[in-house]
Amino acid sequence: MGFWEVTLSLLKGLEQTCLIFALTLVLALPLGLVISFGSMSKFKPLAYITKIFVWIIRGVPLMLQVIIVFYVPGYFLGTPLFSRFGSVIAAFVINYACYFSEIYRGGIESIAKGQYEAGQVLGMTKSQIFFKVVLMQVVKRILAPMSNEVITLVKDTALARVIMIVEIIKAAQEFAAYGLMWPLFYTAVFYLVFVGLLSLLFGFFEKKLNYYKA
Amino acid sequence: MALLEVRNIKKNFGKTEVLKGIDFELEKGEVLAIIGSSGSGKTTLLRCLNFLETADKGSIYVDGETVFDADVEYNDNEIREKRLKFGLVFQSFNLFPQYNVMENLTLAPTLALKKKKLSGVEKKVALESIDQKAVELLERVGLSDKSNAYPCELSGGQQQRVAIARALVMQPEILCFDEPTSALDPELTGEVLRVIKGLKGEDHTMIVVTHEMEFAKNVADKVIFMADGVIEEIGTPDEVFGAPKSEKTKAFLSNSLEKI
Ligand SMILES: Nc1ncnc2c1ncn2[C@@H]1O[C@H](COP(=O)(O)OP(=O)(O)O)[C@@H](O)[C@H]1O
Ligand SMILES: [Mg+2]
Repeated sequence: MGFWEVTLSLLKGLEQTCLIFALTLVLALPLGLVISFGSMSKFKPLAYITKIFVWIIRGVPLMLQVIIVFYVPGYFLGTPLFSRFGSVIAAFVINYACYFSEIYRGGIESIAKGQYEAGQVLGMTKSQIFFKVVLMQVVKRILAPMSNEVITLVKDTALARVIMIVEIIKAAQEFAAYGLMWPLFYTAVFYLVFVGLLSLLFGFFEKKLNYYKA
Repeated sequence: MALLEVRNIKKNFGKTEVLKGIDFELEKGEVLAIIGSSGSGKTTLLRCLNFLETADKGSIYVDGETVFDADVEYNDNEIREKRLKFGLVFQSFNLFPQYNVMENLTLAPTLALKKKKLSGVEKKVALESIDQKAVELLERVGLSDKSNAYPCELSGGQQQRVAIARALVMQPEILCFDEPTSALDPELTGEVLRVIKGLKGEDHTMIVVTHEMEFAKNVADKVIFMADGVIEEIGTPDEVFGAPKSEKTKAFLSNSLEKI
């Protein structure tokens, strides 16, 4: 089994890895905001329910959540609710949205009351205050914890193999079945490049937002 | 008729009565200084005027129009419209850190335009007049050269002057200041107080909560001394500082002078 053959096969796995990564981000980033609004709601029952939900999702291993989403509906409905890939996305999106929501909440609550009040006395609406005054300041403050979370997501995609999604590690393990171990170690290179690029991107954003202090 | 009439404003926080029935009037172009020890309810009163707190009782009239009546429920839109009669300058400036000075001034009026249905040309004219107004006001507070600076690049005194200009862009009938110099180093209070004094010359009606007794004496037309949620004494600066009637006022004044 040659180097290029292995590389090609791992790249196919990487495609799945990237797909899980990108779909999870695109869906979990906005969903997290919705969840954070729920947990900060002045309507207490909603806030409590949201907090309990976040506690459960953050308290159970993501691997187990993937398995639950894929197998459990099948017990009750006879057929699975989601395809394998759909189950992975559903579990990842919910899981990451909960983590993001806590980061958002921390960021939003860290903005001084005076910022809202300044907007209010100038006659701005609540949504204008949120989008024009608060949001940018929140983004700046949460950039570092978000970059951590996003980098963790890159590596968490490997969990998808528990329900037979052939992402990059699974692809490498198929070689191991023939006694070929090095492709498994070789995957580290792909992860490092992926994470390296993300770090550069986040560094760029951080610099962009460095034009002011607050 | 007085420009501002405040009638029997009461405000509780839970069981604490913070305002116990505040009554006063202010004529157009007058400057009212509110003095009093910390915790007497001065900030709460300004916040009630600006709809940051909702008074439990009482009413507020501007130019004969009822802007607030505790017996009426107002929705967000009504509140937004009515609160623009007042402006508020905070002790801690509260500038928007991600916007430069010019943007801090133009943000609110520009957003307010979006609520109105204007044609392209009308919009362009309106935006230009906002910019022009902002430029004028920056000059007015002596910060023309800072219009592209960010708040973090300014001194406290400069930030507070920007905050004053920002409040003035909305053209409030009555501009309120809550201890505008309390967060400043002593050498920076002068530049802010001079700006406020200058506004008086331009016929702005103002309410200034302050610990600067000299400023209250020299600039105000009317002085209120508040203690424990009531107006303990009200009168001209000469009356309140020269011949206070209440024992509490005397004690407060001698205390404040002693500190100096
Ligand atoms: N949001 C609030 N909740 C509870 N108590 C408050 C609140 N705001 C102010 N108070 C209380 O009301 C009193 C008057 O406060 P304030 O109006 O800030 O006084 P001042 O500005 O004269 O120092 C204080 O005892 C303060 O603790
Ligand atoms: Mg105060």
